[in-house]
Amino acid sequence: MDKRTTAAAVVAELRDGMTLGIGGWGSRRKPMALVREILRSPVKDLTVVSYGGPDVGLLCAAGKVKKLVYGFVSLDSIPLEPHFRNARQTGSFEAAEWDEGMLQWGLYAAALRLPFLPTRAGLGSDVMTINPNLRTVRSPYDDGEDLVAVPALTLDVALVHMNRADARGNGQFLGPDPYFDDLFCMAAKRRFLSCEQLVETRDFAKFGSVHTLKINRTMVDGVIETPMGAHFTECPPDYGRDEAFQREYAATAKSPEAWAEFRKRFLDVESEAAYQEAVRVWQGAAK
Amino acid sequence: MSPATRAEVCAVAMADAFRGDGEILVSCFGTIPAIAARLAKLSFAPDLLLTDGIAHLLATVQPVSGPVKSDPVIEGWMPFRSVFDLLWNGRRHVVMMASQIDRFGNHNFACIGPHAKPKAQLLGMRGAPGNTINHTTSYWVPSHSTKVFVDKVDVVSGVGYDRAAKLGPAAKFHEVRRVVSNLGVFDFATRDHAMRLVSVHPGVSVADVVAATAFPLEISREVPETRAPSAEDLHLIRDVLDPAAARDREVPS
Repeated sequence: MDKRTTAAAVVAELRDGMTLGIGGWGSRRKPMALVREILRSPVKDLTVVSYGGPDVGLLCAAGKVKKLVYGFVSLDSIPLEPHFRNARQTGSFEAAEWDEGMLQWGLYAAALRLPFLPTRAGLGSDVMTINPNLRTVRSPYDDGEDLVAVPALTLDVALVHMNRADARGNGQFLGPDPYFDDLFCMAAKRRFLSCEQLVETRDFAKFGSVHTLKINRTMVDGVIETPMGAHFTECPPDYGRDEAFQREYAATAKSPEAWAEFRKRFLDVESEAAYQEAVRVWQGAAK
Repeated sequence: MSPATRAEVCAVAMADAFRGDGEILVSCFGTIPAIAARLAKLSFAPDLLLTDGIAHLLATVQPVSGPVKSDPVIEGWMPFRSVFDLLWNGRRHVVMMASQIDRFGNHNFACIGPHAKPKAQLLGMRGAPGNTINHTTSYWVPSHSTKVFVDKVDVVSGVGYDRAAKLGPAAKFHEVRRVVSNLGVFDFATRDHAMRLVSVHPGVSVADVVAATAFPLEISREVPETRAPSAEDLHLIRDVLDPAAARDREVPS
């Protein structure tokens, strides 16, 4: 089956109020081209599940987020995502803040179609008080431990970014960490994979070992080729993080005027191609 | 050799927290803890495992500052998923920084003010709840004050002893081993696990520590000075691990 599609077609499937899972980690291999397409759309009131980076910061700054399920939101080289910080300090969304290991457990529960998975992570901490919907469960065995029952994080839509993919939806990561992208895909009803480069299935072996084929085509409904689609997050070995551009982005959290300027120049443009061109112009001027 | 700086005393005090840990992963946040784990591995705890902060376990000890002289030797693959597995498995000792910590070791680096609309958003919960309930935790505070050593933390990200005690058998792996600040060393080896002043750094008085702490500390009649770094410690810190003195930016002399 040929699953090739476009970012616009993916975002056309989104509805207000949907639960959206975004792969990657912090400012690492994020499906930014798809996030930028969401920013160009009227979609709003999203519940976002993410090991958060600038995907979350951008969606928060654009007022798209009604609820966020997360353990952190970081730009890595800048420990706290500044647009996320602004949104938190104005109380602009419901903050379902979990331990970061619990997030994996919730995605895994959804992936396995279980109502919950037990863990000790969260016990005794204020994760349990700031999320009053979280319940504990008593072990039915002799130990009798009370454990956190992490509820399944079932997603309407998952977005992930890979280094390579084929038209059938097999995905290949070539960097050091697969993150939790397979779980995001398995936890979701509709699953979309953007990639740096679409390749023939037989060519996967040229790029990496069989262990890099973490995403198989049962996990994916649509594939979008988006070169530089993780910019400005890192996507090794294809490219590193654009630290200069990330600093520029982070600085726009300091004032509404700076954010409006950034938005006009890089986000409220007609397409991903126009974004990439605007970045090239900026990089030329910065040199 | 010039006498040990405060930063060097802190690094050695932090390194001593890893004594007896054996073959476990040490994860460190902050410059002093990063030096401390490497110092421990090079001197008295050779079996410790360290990562590069990306996805690799490193067999070699890399400096925290200065030029990298040789490529690290990678001894294992440790993506985030394996980190969660390992830390729930318990073979880990984490050193986290604390924005707030209380008398029973409850820790906060999530936010200041009410969680629903914080006055200051900090790092968030990150892995602190899971770390503290699953394996040994220590804390590093580079600037000891009553704003950090507080009567009550605004949000509990890392679990302290009073809360752990209420959890019953589920808290059986909880251990807050040591707190090191720029003023002294602390632990919870008291009857009710209230924080105890173990030692004061050279040049610091017990009164200095008490004045900078908002809750009552357990203090014995004779509080010793923190162990002075040995000549070998100072050589390793100054010449091998931190030649560009990143430690002085975290703890100014």
